[in-house]
Amino acid sequence: MFSLTPPQLFGSKKDGVKQAEIQGLLKYGWHTEAMVLTAIRGELVVIPVEWSWLTLSRVLFSRQEVMKWNGWGYSDSRFLFNKKGQAEFTGRRYRLSGMVLPSLKDWFESTFGASLQHKSPATATLNASAVPFPSLNEAFLQDLKSTGIPFSHEAEDRVFRAHGHCLHEIFALREGKFGRVPDLVVWPNCHEDVVKTVDLACRHNVCLIPYGGGTSVSSALECPPDETRCIVSLDTSQMSRILWIDEKNLTAHVEAGIVGQDLERLLNESGYCTGHEPDSMEFSSLGGWVATRASGMKKNVYGNIEDLVVHIKMVCPRGVVEKSCQGPRVSIGPDIHHFIMGSEGTLGVVTEVTIKIRPMPEYQKYGSVVFPNFEQGVACLREVAKQRCAPASIRLMDNAQFQFGHALKPQVSSIFTSFLDGLKKFYITKFKGFDPHHLCVATLLFEGDRERVLQHEKQVYDIAAKFGGLAAGEDNGQRGYMLTFVIAYLRDLGMDYYVIGESFETSVPWDRVLDLCRNVKERIVRECRERGVQFPPLATCRVTQTYDAGACVYFYFAFNYRGLADPVNIYGRVEHAAREEILANGGSLSHHHGVGKLRKHWMPESISDVGIGMLKSVKEYVDPDNIFGSRNLL
Amino acid sequence: MASNTLYSPRDPALKKRDDFEDILEERRSSSDLRYALRCYVPVVYKGIAPCKPGVLKTAVLQSDRLRHVVAEMSKETGESADVIREEASGILEEMAHRLRLGTVRFFAYSLSKAFKALFQRVRVNEDGIQRLQQSIQEHPVVLLPSHRSYMDFLIMSYILYTYDLSLPVIAAGMDFLGMKIVGEMLRMSGAFFIRRSFGGDKLYWAVFSEYVKTMLRNGYAPIEFFLEGTRSRTCKSLTPKLGLLNIVMEPFFKGEVFDVSLVPISISYERVLEEALYARELLGVPKPKESTSGLLKARKILSEDYGSIHVYFGHPVSLRSLAQGRINRSQYNLLPRHIPRRPSQETQAFVNETAYRLVRLQEENMVLRPWVLVAALLLQNPDGVDMERLVEQTSWLRGLAVSFGAFLDWPDYVSASKAVASSLALHTGLVRTEGGRAQLAMEPKEPGSPEEDLFDRAASVLSCASYRNQILHVFLRPALLGMAMQMAEASRKDDIYSCFSFLRDVFSNEFILCPGGTVQDFDEACYMLTKCAAVHVQKQEVVATEKGQRILSFLTSLFQPFLKGYQVVCRFLCEDAPEGFPESEYVAAVRSFAVKRILSGELTCYEALSSDVQKNALAALLRMKVVRKLKVGDQVTLRVNKVAANTLENKLGGRVSTQKALLARL
Repeated sequence: MFSLTPPQLFGSKKDGVKQAEIQGLLKYGWHTEAMVLTAIRGELVVIPVEWSWLTLSRVLFSRQEVMKWNGWGYSDSRFLFNKKGQAEFTGRRYRLSGMVLPSLKDWFESTFGASLQHKSPATATLNASAVPFPSLNEAFLQDLKSTGIPFSHEAEDRVFRAHGHCLHEIFALREGKFGRVPDLVVWPNCHEDVVKTVDLACRHNVCLIPYGGGTSVSSALECPPDETRCIVSLDTSQMSRILWIDEKNLTAHVEAGIVGQDLERLLNESGYCTGHEPDSMEFSSLGGWVATRASGMKKNVYGNIEDLVVHIKMVCPRGVVEKSCQGPRVSIGPDIHHFIMGSEGTLGVVTEVTIKIRPMPEYQKYGSVVFPNFEQGVACLREVAKQRCAPASIRLMDNAQFQFGHALKPQVSSIFTSFLDGLKKFYITKFKGFDPHHLCVATLLFEGDRERVLQHEKQVYDIAAKFGGLAAGEDNGQRGYMLTFVIAYLRDLGMDYYVIGESFETSVPWDRVLDLCRNVKERIVRECRERGVQFPPLATCRVTQTYDAGACVYFYFAFNYRGLADPVNIYGRVEHAAREEILANGGSLSHHHGVGKLRKHWMPESISDVGIGMLKSVKEYVDPDNIFGSRNLL
Repeated sequence: MASNTLYSPRDPALKKRDDFEDILEERRSSSDLRYALRCYVPVVYKGIAPCKPGVLKTAVLQSDRLRHVVAEMSKETGESADVIREEASGILEEMAHRLRLGTVRFFAYSLSKAFKALFQRVRVNEDGIQRLQQSIQEHPVVLLPSHRSYMDFLIMSYILYTYDLSLPVIAAGMDFLGMKIVGEMLRMSGAFFIRRSFGGDKLYWAVFSEYVKTMLRNGYAPIEFFLEGTRSRTCKSLTPKLGLLNIVMEPFFKGEVFDVSLVPISISYERVLEEALYARELLGVPKPKESTSGLLKARKILSEDYGSIHVYFGHPVSLRSLAQGRINRSQYNLLPRHIPRRPSQETQAFVNETAYRLVRLQEENMVLRPWVLVAALLLQNPDGVDMERLVEQTSWLRGLAVSFGAFLDWPDYVSASKAVASSLALHTGLVRTEGGRAQLAMEPKEPGSPEEDLFDRAASVLSCASYRNQILHVFLRPALLGMAMQMAEASRKDDIYSCFSFLRDVFSNEFILCPGGTVQDFDEACYMLTKCAAVHVQKQEVVATEKGQRILSFLTSLFQPFLKGYQVVCRFLCEDAPEGFPESEYVAAVRSFAVKRILSGELTCYEALSSDVQKNALAALLRMKVVRKLKVGDQVTLRVNKVAANTLENKLGGRVSTQKALLARL
């Protein structure tokens, strides 16, 4: 047994040693408090557990060695039903890790009509021979070699970067099916490397698709199947340094490949944070946030990505675009940042970003409120938004999601807790007369100095009381937020048992929130029935963000596909119908997931033909040869 | 052209319909009191927001829509908002229903008694009731019964109560409120009252539409109204009115409800209670004002036999499915939803088309008694017909009607002679059978002046016609084709099509012919006539067959009275109408013109006296711009293009070929 030091590996890669040499972190063997025992090339390796993604990614180019190649997140973390038929979450990274979830099975079986007897397991290992052979542009490759930028055309590397996390993408991987995948992966190490890469791509007419965290849910990473040029996936993961922190102006200049959780951790070390916490922050990257107009859970305090960004540097085929100063607000024509934000990799690669930072909050407090029904809950959120006193985060789950959250309660450790739970339930349903099939829960997160938090908390609970809301404790609140981090893992569990599903989101004016939620859910149910889905689907939503003029609504939709010949196709049609329903009810095409290729069908009606023309003309100037040929958006 | 469309008509004769159950049967064998007092727990809409009528009113008065309109009116008129709000509250007070179970139980009791006295059977398709019950739980429901009699909404509520379904709230005309106690009782059994005309009154419209929409959105109760707007005095469906239909559709267009179920309901009477009244009314004897004492006088009708009533609850039509691909709902995204806005053209067209479709669904499921066939035949033989021949013809007509999809209540085991005999027995007031001949009862009971005699005869013709009218919808399209073939005087398909299109246009106020559906109707007509081997449809030609002569001549003479009626109107306009005469005098003037012509023997068609035909003809002429309305002061006068009127008359009489007529019109 020996321990590998990072520089060794890193060096060996840079020296152009073949990818195969460090291939395959096969499976975790066992772990302790501090160490993960793992194997590289059949040899045992011990890695400190606190090495997160950043550390590992700088060690290992191939993320698949810590992350699943055909599912969500870390290889060591997954849900499974143990021999006793109880659900368990493996690994040790999350609060839920290692815990038994006794009620998940019943919920799972009764909600979907699924059964543990009927399994639909995934292909266990990636069959490299099924991956299409790379079609390489030799001239490009020669020039690339001379720059010394690392690259690979190993099947695993290419497959890993050929997809995001849409249902159809993951479903195909689980079946071991591969469509068009990138022909080459490059790992530029800094802005200059990107400039060189883009320059070479232009010279040799090679198609570039930037790859950040790979958490896209808009088919944005899918390679256009009819692209005949060599497709190069430009992996930004090596560009993950904080270049400087400016404490006077509270900004940090960061390379765009950095992943959310690393950015926060590194800033925390200096006493700061960005406060930008999208649900995918464990894996999604700064550049990706900029390219898709991301939104964070705590935007009420810190703002969305467009509020956080001070300066952006992007490398385009036409050259490098950036502003000349860091003025906090400027009136110099249309903001060029808004060409970059939301460009979804069609114009260039974001390499460096100056982002606002804040001192770390002194105090954090979770909370939750139970409402008799969803209508009252929405009315309360609307009032909170009106009074502009929203906590860092406020989310309202509908009844189905509340029940879902309940199913994720870990085994209760003491009789006392279970007694307390029983008492709480009795108080709410019997004493207060809330109907357990209608009540819904808002989860809250307050941040700031302690006194202000407590004051703020009182204000919000007072408003809630006016709408019949009852405070329901911190624990419920925290569990609500946990759900968002593990939901993607849960999908993998569902897929092991014939259940497929996904989430989608929209933003909508306040007066239409209720109508939109009801109609979209009903549309899903009706479409499933009409398309021959044998079991009633799960269609549930929550209001996740409040704004002055509206809210963001997030839907989960899943169903049991036993008996269907082409479940992915049916899933896609239902999702398509749900999106049409959203648009018909005054909702937007997307609040933060972006358009990608999945939703670009609706772009003309969303932004008008002239709007499309505007975007096209920018694309034509910036990238006349369509080097950034992902074909997202337009 | 016509034949190239993808439209392929379904065989109407194969339409499957439900069976009926008689709901009076149980009433005759058990206690009405117990029935009226029984436990009544209807299923309700899953998304219902339960509230009392009082709360409903407050919700309406405080709605965004009403607040908006009040503020706007206050700005326009300078009147204080409070005064306008007070006014709105007054309107609502006058309009709103006060549904009370007690009253419903009272009606349940007394109607049981009345129905048993009046009718032999009240038959309902229970499968339809089951479908309705399902729909009520899923989506807000709009009940759309046909309207032939005052009895309609009593029957509806009675049936729903019987089957333990939610009682509807019913849009009723304000005239009922004139009946003192009865009006209020109707209110307490779920009727709400709307003024007959409130064209320009913005506030009234706002209160009214918000009231209906609030009930719909909350799933308060099924909403019931009559698409036809008023009772049809002629027993043929009236062209639909769109106001209320627009209102109930809007919540769906604006996303406030997921879907709305529109349920067409066909109520067919073997004998309409108002039978005699209607004929008089059509001939210009004014309609008696609704009054309680009038109702009490009407008690004597309790002693007569009115046969059976059939109520057919059609399949609920999903508004969402209808609107799929037709209505772009995102057009409402950019304006706050409470701000009233004129519906877009596509929306108007959609509502109109839907209304026609629903009325056609009502027609399709109207149960027809054998008597209807007999009446049609008797009218074609004003001089009477041998019983034997009548039986033979009725039997032949039955076959034709069934193959065209008529919903005939004539079981196979009943022979034609028996069916004819029992039909004649039920309508002794209208038919005379002597010496093996049957004839319309035309001789006046006591001879009066020639004009009085003429009106008596006309009254029995119109009464009889009201039965024949019930079957017209079955034959309408093939008959138009038959008439077009006659008119075109050639077999070229294009010519026939243009005549068809012309006739269809002329009669689109008279019959249920949806604007824009000409091609489809033409194909349907060709299909039906081909099916019964009456015509040969080739690529370029439509040719009548030997066998088809009988069918075609029956069809054309079936619709002859209408053709004649329109011609009389044209003739009147050419010859007798003074320049710019007031619209209010139109009906009386045409009538006396027609009376003159009948007395002089130039005209034999009594139906030309029907004010219904006359009004429809005027509407058609206005639409075709042969007549124009001019507003002079308070009076609306009519200005006639005599050349056009003359041409039209000639064309209807088949005296000018189409091509020339078209040229003349240009």
